[in-house]
Amino acid sequence: MTVSNKRSKTRTIKVEALARVEGEGAMYIKLKGDKVSDVKLKIYEPPRFFEAFLQGRAYTEPPDITARICGICPVAYQMSSCHAIEDAFGVRVEGPLRELRRLLYCAEWIESHALHIYLLHAPDFLGYESAIHMAADYPEIVQRGLELKKTGNELMTLLGGREIHPINVRVGGFYRVPRVSEFKDIREKLKQAREAALATVKWVSGFNFADFEQDYEFVALAHPEEYPLNEGRLVSNKGLDIAVREYEEHFSEEHEPHSTALHSRLAARGPYFVGPLARYSLNFDRLSPLAQEAAREAGLAKVCRNPFKSIIVRSVETLYACDEALRIIADYEMPEKPFVELKPRAATGYGCTEAPRGILYHRYSFDETGTILSAKIVPPTSQNQKVIEQDLYGFVAQSLKLSDQDLQWQCEQAIRNYDPCISCATHFLKLHVERD
Amino acid sequence: MSSETEPAPVLVIGLGNAARHDDGAGLRLARFLEAEALPGVVVKVLGEPLALLDWWQDAVQVVVLDAVSSGSPAGTLHCFRADKEPLPAQFFRFSSHDFGLAEVIELARALGQLPESLTVYGLEGADFELGEGLSLELKQAMSTLLQQVKDDIYSPGHSC
Repeated sequence: MTVSNKRSKTRTIKVEALARVEGEGAMYIKLKGDKVSDVKLKIYEPPRFFEAFLQGRAYTEPPDITARICGICPVAYQMSSCHAIEDAFGVRVEGPLRELRRLLYCAEWIESHALHIYLLHAPDFLGYESAIHMAADYPEIVQRGLELKKTGNELMTLLGGREIHPINVRVGGFYRVPRVSEFKDIREKLKQAREAALATVKWVSGFNFADFEQDYEFVALAHPEEYPLNEGRLVSNKGLDIAVREYEEHFSEEHEPHSTALHSRLAARGPYFVGPLARYSLNFDRLSPLAQEAAREAGLAKVCRNPFKSIIVRSVETLYACDEALRIIADYEMPEKPFVELKPRAATGYGCTEAPRGILYHRYSFDETGTILSAKIVPPTSQNQKVIEQDLYGFVAQSLKLSDQDLQWQCEQAIRNYDPCISCATHFLKLHVERD
Repeated sequence: MSSETEPAPVLVIGLGNAARHDDGAGLRLARFLEAEALPGVVVKVLGEPLALLDWWQDAVQVVVLDAVSSGSPAGTLHCFRADKEPLPAQFFRFSSHDFGLAEVIELARALGQLPESLTVYGLEGADFELGEGLSLELKQAMSTLLQQVKDDIYSPGHSC
């Protein structure tokens, strides 16, 4: 980080952290006196390359191709694409295959949430520059997070064939499904992971949280019988209740002049919030009893509007994912066939699933041979960008007395509340604060 | 199995993202090494650096291959003895929201989980935009890089 103090009243702070350059993320905040005059955020580039790359490809290819968009949430891309393709060809995947997909998704939630809670977000609350510095003082706690993440990896490897970019997922189901006996070892590990997740909820609920609540429009999937992962209607706390195929009638993506990124908006009302806080606040009653109890003990109400508390909600969801994975494994019966056959037809299909960071929408149009004519992908981070900017406006306005350094620290934390998927698109975050 | 203990294999791990041109250089080089089937060498490829912690748990000698962008000419090979000292500062990205190779190495060091010997090779890339295939400079450098890394496997950190 470099801080430059010019003689004028304008001060600029730059954060430059470079490894592999994969685009550029930037945050720009302009203050005039004691007012925030501008906030611009550019953290996510939409996967336009992949949408173009998919045109002309076969209907069997999107699960493998789109999984490469993100190293942290490949399952989300596989699941949304599979559901969209099956929707186009009029096929539903039910029974044990549906349960196995849910199980695979639990693995991704455990892995992704554990990474964010322990290595990216917790250091903010405990005043450490990074998890490395935190590990020196809290080695057992960091180790607990790594073990939790590892159990997610192992479950992912068992079902997906390998832990990064699972290769065992195909349209209609899987290439190969596990025998009941193959779950023996992971079951024991998941029981330990559930204990670790419970301890995580207790640990993070003791952190200090900024006093910051907003009247968000939360958007998530909702399903009558289960906490949402793969299926449901798109609902909000402000009256939205639509089928996934109606997504583009209600949501739009707009070009922002300050970046190449597209910002999503609800046509009727503007910015909206996706991810753990939205899922939790719209689906509390469908969490398992254990997860509900842990949330209550952590001091969470059924609706949580403080984005800084997303670390508690993420921990509750990790606990739920362990609990749900154990339920699925206990009930599992090996299906006769690992996948459902599909017959291509000229049609358009829609899919939306709950990635760890929120809803991930896919739409594909096919010709009669199943060749892709067009593809559209809207990831959760591009949907949250507008609401993150809005948070920064509100948060900076109430934190003007902080030094540039502290302000930068807390703004980064405010962005991290959303677990933005910079790893997909950008590895490079620059921060500018300008004071006039 | 013989009663004599066989030496633990050298673990070579390629990191990167093949969907971002030169970011896939470490993966490509790892695949070339795998094809050579060197005795006593096990090759893995990973997309996410944190998984290294699980993979090198029982390893003694580990070699990591990854793409870098430091301003050197494309195709330059950088070599670091990560068991002895942290990767150079420009390899860090504390302030962003990702956990990269340099951070994983330092986390392992803080937790006492570094392998006894850890060499990191940084393959200088030119093009990190979305798309498949390596840039020409890297393609042309591949066979030299392969030879250099092969020589080093049996004499860790020779080029560092």
